[in-house]
Amino acid sequence: MTTWKPDPTFYPSPGLAMEGPTEDLAYVASFWRDEGEPQKDALAVVDVDPASDRYGSVVGWCEMPNVGDELHHHGWNACSSALCPNNPHPHVERRYLLMMGLRSSRIHFVDVKSDPRNPTIAKIIEPEDYKKASGYSRPHTAHCGPEGIYVTNLGTAEGDEGPGGIALLDHDTFQVKGQWEKDRGSQYLAYDFWWHLNRDVMVTSEWGTPSMIENGVNPELLLANKYGHKIHFFDLRTRKHLQEVDLGAQHQMALELRPSHDPNKEYGFLGVVISTEDLSGSIWCWYKDGDEFKARKIFTVPAEPADPDLLPPALKPFGAVPPLITDIDLSVDDKFLYVSCFGTGEAIQLDVTDPFNPVKTGSLRCGGIVSKAAHPSQPDEPLAGAPQMVEISRDGKRVYWTNSLYGAWDDQFYPDGVGAWMIKADIDTENGGMSLDERFFPHGADFRGNRVHQTHLGGGDASSDSYCFS
Amino acid sequence: MSLLDGSALAALPAHAQLLLAHGDVPTGGARTGVLLAAIGLGAFHGLNPGMGWLFATSFGLQERNRAAIVRSMLPIAVGHELSVLPVAVATAVFASQATRAVVVGVLAVLLVGFGTYLLLRRRHFRWVGMRLSARQLAWWSFLMSTATGAGLMLAPFIAGGSGGDHVLEHALSGSLWTAVLAAIVHGLSMLVVATTVALAVYSIFGLRILRTAWVNMDRIWAIAFIGAGVFVWLG
Repeated sequence: MTTWKPDPTFYPSPGLAMEGPTEDLAYVASFWRDEGEPQKDALAVVDVDPASDRYGSVVGWCEMPNVGDELHHHGWNACSSALCPNNPHPHVERRYLLMMGLRSSRIHFVDVKSDPRNPTIAKIIEPEDYKKASGYSRPHTAHCGPEGIYVTNLGTAEGDEGPGGIALLDHDTFQVKGQWEKDRGSQYLAYDFWWHLNRDVMVTSEWGTPSMIENGVNPELLLANKYGHKIHFFDLRTRKHLQEVDLGAQHQMALELRPSHDPNKEYGFLGVVISTEDLSGSIWCWYKDGDEFKARKIFTVPAEPADPDLLPPALKPFGAVPPLITDIDLSVDDKFLYVSCFGTGEAIQLDVTDPFNPVKTGSLRCGGIVSKAAHPSQPDEPLAGAPQMVEISRDGKRVYWTNSLYGAWDDQFYPDGVGAWMIKADIDTENGGMSLDERFFPHGADFRGNRVHQTHLGGGDASSDSYCFS
Repeated sequence: MSLLDGSALAALPAHAQLLLAHGDVPTGGARTGVLLAAIGLGAFHGLNPGMGWLFATSFGLQERNRAAIVRSMLPIAVGHELSVLPVAVATAVFASQATRAVVVGVLAVLLVGFGTYLLLRRRHFRWVGMRLSARQLAWWSFLMSTATGAGLMLAPFIAGGSGGDHVLEHALSGSLWTAVLAAIVHGLSMLVVATTVALAVYSIFGLRILRTAWVNMDRIWAIAFIGAGVFVWLG
């Protein structure tokens, strides 16, 4: 049902979004990974209001009805793109989070508006129905856009191979409308996607097919450079493949895509997990050069030499910890890019005001394969895992991280257990710099033994909304 | 500021009187009424962010100049006109060839039916694409206007102003002319109001106003349809 006034969490432009109210709740996907008694995956509600008595604690849960979905990413049914002038529908509500089971291919629509601290499941699309209607499986990322809700998937409906791609869901009825692509060109592997709405361009990236990832990273495939190393550009209107940009086969796993929020710009950032040449991780910037898209490596994080005795079996032969850049996030004003290094435990802040010449303005460590850095609130407790999924508040002043990557991969890099923790830093948005908030450290039993993955902030954040006005 | 000035609703009772008016050709008073209604409805469409001005504003913001707003409003108004004009002409022809009872019945059912459909349907107009040529922009506007029944709301006024079952040829030519005139005046009114609002938001109010002043005009429009149908029937 529509409303009389626009949803107050829809913002015409990035600048107006930054003026919005401060978030008071964070929604965190948590999943159970074969440890102890079987337990349900759940959406955890974390109190992020510093004035609240329960600041930094989990204040609500919404359990999924089945076991083993592996909740991973989630997305909103509607967001600021509803104000886009070609297709405006601002009287729908930002009400539901799509909680997608990356392993099960089950999609849950969770109502977080009726009672924000006690979300409830409004609808479930069962895996067989989802696969049949979309032609895909293993849903990964969801974005709200011009034709409804777009969801990327790692695999096809049948089996464990590709091509992966995008499914389209109706944001009013939640029906799966089908495969989005009309011509996928050379695209086969899938992972992330986003767009330049005002340019009618979609960008997609590559990880691997379900068989390449579900049992952990496969060293043979990795050393043979078989994981994804390209990004693809599609015409958002005709749904046809326009162009691919190959980063070079050694740049394995081209994951998170963060286009500029300013719709008048046409560039964005991409994180590459690992180079098979030197184990480094890298950040790339894609941009338009005439009629052609290009991508340029703008920042490299080198591997850190380490005592093989301290390394998990998969890394012992290398005698080094790769940074493993597994997530990046761009502030709403396109000024700061946050880079997560799942291997070394470092979280980096880059000033990307000049996208081709980033300046490192901040760094902190928590966890890490070798460093096991502690949180300042509990300095004697070594942490496993690392700052991984990163989320930025609309105003850019607060950044949140959770520490799990993906069940099977956590186990390889952190064989003694990855645990569960969430941290937050306050940001100097003028000069750059991050400082960990000692009051904010939900961890361990706070998450009931589940691992924690993506966070979205109530009312939207830096990775949830796209805008048509600047 | 509210984007709703009530022009569509305020205009409603007027046509009930128009439907009661008799004469071979539209009288001067009846024709003025039709044109006033056409202007009012055009203004309502002009005010609706979903029907053009917001798109024009976005072009202005992308190119950082006002000329882009005016330049894009022209094809939008043309598309709107192309949607409204045929409905207006068809209405005039129909009203001049059918008995008044049939005209009233058909119109009332159409208006109430379409309004109910608009009110209850869960899906809204969808369109992908922001980079449009002038021709595509006109096509967008034509589809948007047609999907919301922009021309249909003019029908009761035009039917009311036409001659009914009198000397056919004479009545038809008169009411056709009125219908064409009404559609053109409607389009001009839409163009003037939409351009004014687009420029005002671009230069004075800023996009912030969208967050507070954008009432659900689609729902008002749907209710207005049902109201119009009821008035036609009772009138």
